[in-house]
Parts: sequence; C-alpha cells; structure tokens
Amino acid sequence: MNDFVGTGTLVRLALRRDRLLIPIWIVVFVISAAGSVKASIDLYSDQNALVEAARTSNASPALVSLYGRIFDESSLGEVSLFKLTAFGALLVGLLAGILVVRHTRTEEESGRLELLSAGVLGRYAALTAALIVSAGTVIVLGLVTALALMGSGLDTKGSFAFGLMWAGAGLAFAGVGAVTAQVTESARAANGLTAVVLGVAYVLRAIGDSSADGSTQWVSWLSPIGWSQQVRAYAGDRIVVLLIPLVFLVVLIAAATALIRRRDLGAGLVPPCPGPPQAAASLRSPLALAWRLHRGSFYAWGFAFLLLGLLVGNIASNVDGFVTSDSAKEMVQKLGGVEGITDAFLATEMGVMGLLASAFGIQAALRLRSEETALRAEPLLATGVTRARWLGSHVLMALLGTGALILVAGLGSGISSGASLGNMGRQVPRMLGAAAVQLPAIWLVTALVVILFGFAPKLVTGGWVLYGVFLLIGQFGEIFNLPQWMINLSPYGHTPRLPGGDFSVTPVLWLTAIAAALTVAGFATFRRRDIG
Amino acid sequence: MTSAIVVSGLHKSYGSTHALDGLDLEVATGEVHGFLGPNGAGKSTTIRVLLGLLRGDAGDVSLLGGDPWHDAATLHRRLAYVPGDVNLWPNLTGGEVIDLLGRLRGGLDEKKRDDLLRRFDLDPTKKGRTYSKGNRQKVALVAALASNVELLILDEPTSGLDPLMEEVFRQVIEEDKREDRTVLLSSHILSEVEALCDRVSIIRRGKVVETGTLSDLRHLTRTSIHAELAGSPNGLAQLPGIHGLDVEGNRVRCEVDTAQLDAVMRQLSASGIKSLVAQPPTLEELFLRHYEDDVPAEAEAAVR
Ligand SMILES: Nc1ncnc2c1ncn2[C@@H]1O[C@H](COP(=O)(O)OP(=O)(O)OP(=O)(O)O)[C@@H](O)[C@H]1O
Ligand SMILES: [Mg+2]
Repeated sequence: MNDFVGTGTLVRLALRRDRLLIPIWIVVFVISAAGSVKASIDLYSDQNALVEAARTSNASPALVSLYGRIFDESSLGEVSLFKLTAFGALLVGLLAGILVVRHTRTEEESGRLELLSAGVLGRYAALTAALIVSAGTVIVLGLVTALALMGSGLDTKGSFAFGLMWAGAGLAFAGVGAVTAQVTESARAANGLTAVVLGVAYVLRAIGDSSADGSTQWVSWLSPIGWSQQVRAYAGDRIVVLLIPLVFLVVLIAAATALIRRRDLGAGLVPPCPGPPQAAASLRSPLALAWRLHRGSFYAWGFAFLLLGLLVGNIASNVDGFVTSDSAKEMVQKLGGVEGITDAFLATEMGVMGLLASAFGIQAALRLRSEETALRAEPLLATGVTRARWLGSHVLMALLGTGALILVAGLGSGISSGASLGNMGRQVPRMLGAAAVQLPAIWLVTALVVILFGFAPKLVTGGWVLYGVFLLIGQFGEIFNLPQWMINLSPYGHTPRLPGGDFSVTPVLWLTAIAAALTVAGFATFRRRDIG
Repeated sequence: MTSAIVVSGLHKSYGSTHALDGLDLEVATGEVHGFLGPNGAGKSTTIRVLLGLLRGDAGDVSLLGGDPWHDAATLHRRLAYVPGDVNLWPNLTGGEVIDLLGRLRGGLDEKKRDDLLRRFDLDPTKKGRTYSKGNRQKVALVAALASNVELLILDEPTSGLDPLMEEVFRQVIEEDKREDRTVLLSSHILSEVEALCDRVSIIRRGKVVETGTLSDLRHLTRTSIHAELAGSPNGLAQLPGIHGLDVEGNRVRCEVDTAQLDAVMRQLSASGIKSLVAQPPTLEELFLRHYEDDVPAEAEAAVR
C-alpha cells in the first residue's frame, strides 16, 4: 500500500494547478456539442432534409474519411453530432493524454517530483494521481455533455451513449499517456508520442470508414477512436462497446506500472548512451544547432506526412466505389462527375494536412520560448550570435519545416492517386500545387507565434489558442451562422481549394504578405526587449 | 589605467521590483574584481545588463569601450560568460556544447580545452541531461575558460563544485590573471574572493555600497578591543566611532571603527594601558556586516 502514499495530496495539487484549464476544456466541449444540436434543429426543420443531408454526407468520401459514417440516416442526434464523434473523441483523447503527461513526466523532468519524492510519496503516487485527475476529467466531461445534450432535446439513452463514448476515448488515451510518460525522458517527447498514437488511431478509423466494399472495415476496430464511433450513439447506443477502452486502459496501466518498477526517477526506459566528445565541424552556427534540435521531430512528422499523403491518394482512387445508390449517382453528377468528387476529396484532405502542418510550425516556433525560459538562449546570445540570427535560426526551421512537410504530403498523395488512376504525370504536379497553396496560411499562423514571442513572450502559447479558434471557425463557423467577418478571420478559409477548385492569386499574396509582415515585426520587437 | 567595465547610475526595474537602483561599478583592465552581495541584491541583473541581455532603464554602461546593448554581438567575441544557472541541451554532449559555444565566440584554444577537461575531470561524451549539477557547471566553465578572451564574466561559477574542483578553478583563474585577463567574479564564497580578487564591490539592494581593495575595506570595519587600564577610563563614550562599549572597573571592551582607531588608542593610553588585545576584523565579519544590515529591511518587505 505504501507505493501509493501521497496520492491524495498530489491529486489536490494537480486540481489546484488546473483549476482553470480543466473547466475551460469541459465548457468548450459541452458548448460545441450542444451548439451543434441546436444549430441542426434549426437547420433540418423537416425529416426529409435531415435524411438528404445524411445521405449526401455518407456519399462523400471526403466527409466519411474525415468524420466517419452516419449509421442511422434518420437520427437527428447522430446527424447533428457526427462531425463531433470521431473528431471530438480525438480531442478528448488529446486532453486526457496531455493531462497525464503534465502531472507525471513534466513534473519529473522539472525536478519538482524529486522534491516531493524526498518527502513521503509512494512510487506510484504521481501516476495514480495523474490518472485519477485525467480519468475524472473526461468522465465529468462525458456526463456534463450527456446532460447538456438531453437539455437540447435529445433522448436520454443516446445522450449518455454520446457523452460516455467521448469519455471512453479519453480513458483510452489517459492510458496511452501513462505509458508514453514512462518510456520517454522529456514531456515534449511523451506528448509527441501520444500525438502520434492519436494520429494513427484516427487514420486507422479513416481506413475502416472509407472501405467502400466493407472489406477493410475491421481496421476501425484497431483504433480507440473507432471504438468510440462503434458505440453508435443515437443509432443503437451500444454502450457495452465501451468495455474495450476500459480493458485497454487497465492493460496500459499495468504496462506503465511495470515500467515504473524497472526504471529510476527522472530516467526513461531507453538508457542514455555516450555521444561524441567533440562537435562535428558543421556544428558552428545557430542554424546548425537549431537543425540539431528540430530534426528529430521533423523526421517523425515527415514520415507521418508521407504516409498520410500516400494513404489519402490511395483512398481518393476508390472514390467511385462509394457511389452505389442511384440518388448518390445523381448527386455525383451534380458535383462534377467522378473526377470532380475525387478532386473535392483531395482538396479537403489537403486542407487538413495544412492544419496539421501548422501544428508543426507552431510547435517549432514555440521552441524559441522554451529555449529562452530554460536559460539556454542566454549563453548563445552572450557569444557573437546576434539576436536576429538566433531568432532566425528557429523561425527558418519552422517555415522551411512546414514547407517540406506539406510538399511531402502533396508528393505522396500525387504518387499514390496518380498510380492508381494511371495519370501520374498529371496528378503529381497537381497535388504539389495543391500542397504549396496551403503554405501561406500555415506561415501566417506560424508568424503569429513569432510576433507573440517578440511582443508578448509570456503569452506565446496563445498561438495554440488562435489556432484552436481558427479550427473552430472552419469547422463550425457556417453551422453556427457566424457573421462573415468572423469567418474571414481564419486564414485557412482563404486558401484556394485545390485540386479542382478555382485558383486566385490575390488571397495567396495577401496571406503571404501578412505572414511576412508579422515575422518582420516579431524580429523588430524581439531585438528591443529583455531576454528572460 | 583603462577600465574594462564602467557602470554609472544604472537603474533597472522588473515591473514593481526595483532590482538596480543607481548602481555604479568600475572594473579596471587586468584585474580580478569580486562582486558580492546577498541573494537578490542585483548581481545577476547587473551582469545581464552588461551582456546586453537586459536593457537598463537609466544610467550609462560601457563594456570594453563599447555599448553592450547596441554592439552586443561584436563585444561578445571578446568575452566569455558563465551563467549562474547552467542548463544544457538534453541531447548534446558536453564536448559538443563546449565546441559550439567556443566557435560561436570566434574560436577556442584546443590545447587549453583538453587541458581543462583533464584538470576538471569532466567526461565530454555524456549527454546534457545526464550531467549532475556540478558537472553542468564544469561544462560551462570549460567552454568559457578555454577561449583566449580579454574578459571573463563569471556569475557564481563555482556553485555546485566540490572543494577539489573549486581549488582547480582558483588555479586556473590565477593563471589567467598572469595573462592579464580581466575577470568579473560574482561569488558568495568569501575565501575564493579573498584568494583571487584584487578589488571587490559589495552590492546591496541594487546599489554598490562598498568598493575597494580588501585592505581598504578592512579599514572600513571595526576592530574589537579588550583592554585593562591603570586607571578608570574616561571620555571613551564621547568618542566617535566607538560601539558596544562595556566598562567594568578598569576593564574595557568595545568595537572601534578602524578609521577611528588612533583616537581611541590615545584616549586609552591616557589612562595607562596595562594589557591590550586588539582583533582585526575577519573577512566574514566584514561581509556579514553588509549582509546583515539587509535583514530588517528584507523582513519588513516580507511582512508587507
Ligand atoms: N525576471 C525577473 N522578473 C522579476 N524580478 C526579477 C527577475 N529577475 C530578478 N528579479 C528580481 O530582481 C532582484 C535582483 O535579482 P538578481 O538575480 O540580480 O539577484 P542576485 O544578486 O543575482 O541574487 P543571487 O545571489 O540569489 O543570485 C531580486 O529581487 C529578484 O527577485
Ligand atoms: Mg544571481
């Protein structure tokens, strides 16, 4: 029992530290869910319109791979919430994983846990406390969501199925966070690894959902996000499916505790090995150092983007397999035939890649601030390195890194869609163009972090908040009937939809110019401010 | 004589904290200058302003004849800095950090680097995250000391070093001193300051309160006196510079400001001295006097 001494204290400490963060997250989720239902009730006044919308969605490979299938095309609950089923489960999973890492590895890395361990703290106290906080958060989140959905007029059983399937995804990824926090040595790496698992889970369910003939549907069952979808809230309410994430959580907790028994405090699972006693001749500039610091994460992201690109291109070539029913065929004709619908799919997926690549850009630019607060910028700036060169080294990594990532994704999707459609020579340059056109918006969002870093360094994580706001505007702006000026705030909304759509150069130039201006302003303000 | 560092009337606030409050500091070229003061007095802040990392709110700062805010990068090629808190990149080895910092400064002396690694007994193949506190400190020390620069700015460079390594540090600085290098050494270790420094400045709440050679400073403190006199002492209480006077018949105990020693001795010998013990101030007393004066003010601040 001694292994758990102090858990209660740590839980209280964690809740105190997160007393704002957790409620805010919960409120955001609840409002998104209830708001979607409210908007749909207004939108689909008669049942026919609802069924028509659901059919359209199920016939669109872009929407199916992005959000999943609608199992019951006549269910108001499901149709109004299907965009938040898999996608919401992904975000709840992210929250749960981050919470666990935040109260285990982050604490351990900063040495605060060592301070605590010197007092009376059991071996498993930190992990147990983090799991209690994380699991508690997602369960409360699920229950409050269920109540809010009932309040919006949906049936009780379906509402609980929906809230609990979100919680189920959270529990599964709390377990993932528990394990990644043990195997890596830094919180950054642990969160990165959790994000990779989340990404893989999302892609697996996309493969399962996109299976036109049903032959690869089973792949969904390999994914914790797939489990949440298979609860089929408002379309069967199979709550027993949630036993799978529960068992998954128990198994991962067992794995994490086994790992704790085998390692020392502060260490990861992989023992550190000695490195070179001297620096390579190339390690002689801030840029070389920045590359050294970013390259690990860049390679991992690059690999993921290549796979995603290949996958998306491959799904695109099966698009006509979706078109089975007569009404769907009719719709496809309206949308511009098979080529039109394939392009629409590719354009949507490219937009998603742009969003993902922006996350890399934000994270890479935020490295500036973490280097500064960890006092690692100071010794560099006390050498012959000017502030502009140091800042420039990381900004360049962020800008070129996002550029390389999106082009890799474009290349991958061009090759695989071209190979299966038999027109590689046309498809590769088209997809590279579709990728390149995402860059101005990506750079603009990255540049927002740069100017925050120069102008208000303490608020630099606000970059994620802005990103989240842009995401929400893009996802829900139209459903919620936001005024046009608000929708226009998101840079992603101005990106031309390629391939297939109209290309107009004006928005691209504007986005690029704003990104450049923000970056320059970031440099100018950084040169005038105090370090530290 | 030229000055490597001249600071006058420097002010710096962090929000409502007035960290530097009209600081004056002068470090002559070629000297080892001790920079002392209680925690939070403003030593690190001063050093950061000298490095152009912070911008002073008011006052003049000159470093190696230039302006550290405007010419930061050029001036930095002529100096090396050891920060008070050393953090290394988790996945770079100590050797890589030493080389990188040296190259960014404009090159380092390979021979000196290897020699220092040996003397500090530092393994350069370990990754940053696996070094102990003392070894992280050594990485920063070797990186700074292995370069042939004019000026070394060291912020508590021996914090975390074991006594053996502290001794190595002293020897290295002694050697640098012979090469006419200028050193600004912030430290809490009095024996280190006594052994190395030509002059010291004591900073308290953002102001330099004393500056000079150690013997100058000794002069400013009190000598304690025990005397047995032939007759009863008189007139002592009226003398300036006398503290804690305690008279028991013909016996006298007191503390005397060293500057007033002569007057007090005259007064004592007027009554005839039978025996006398005079104790010069120790270095600890010298500094503690300056440090302790802070206590009431700090405590007050804490209450508020
Ligand atoms: N970044 C900061 N923000 C706010 N206040 C600060 C900051 N850095 C230092 N201070 C305050 O400025 C004052 C001077 O701090 P400084 O670090 O210069 O002291 P120091 O003499 O180096 O102390 P020590 O001996 O503990 O290293 C302190 O009151 C400190 O709390
Ligand atoms: Mg300090």
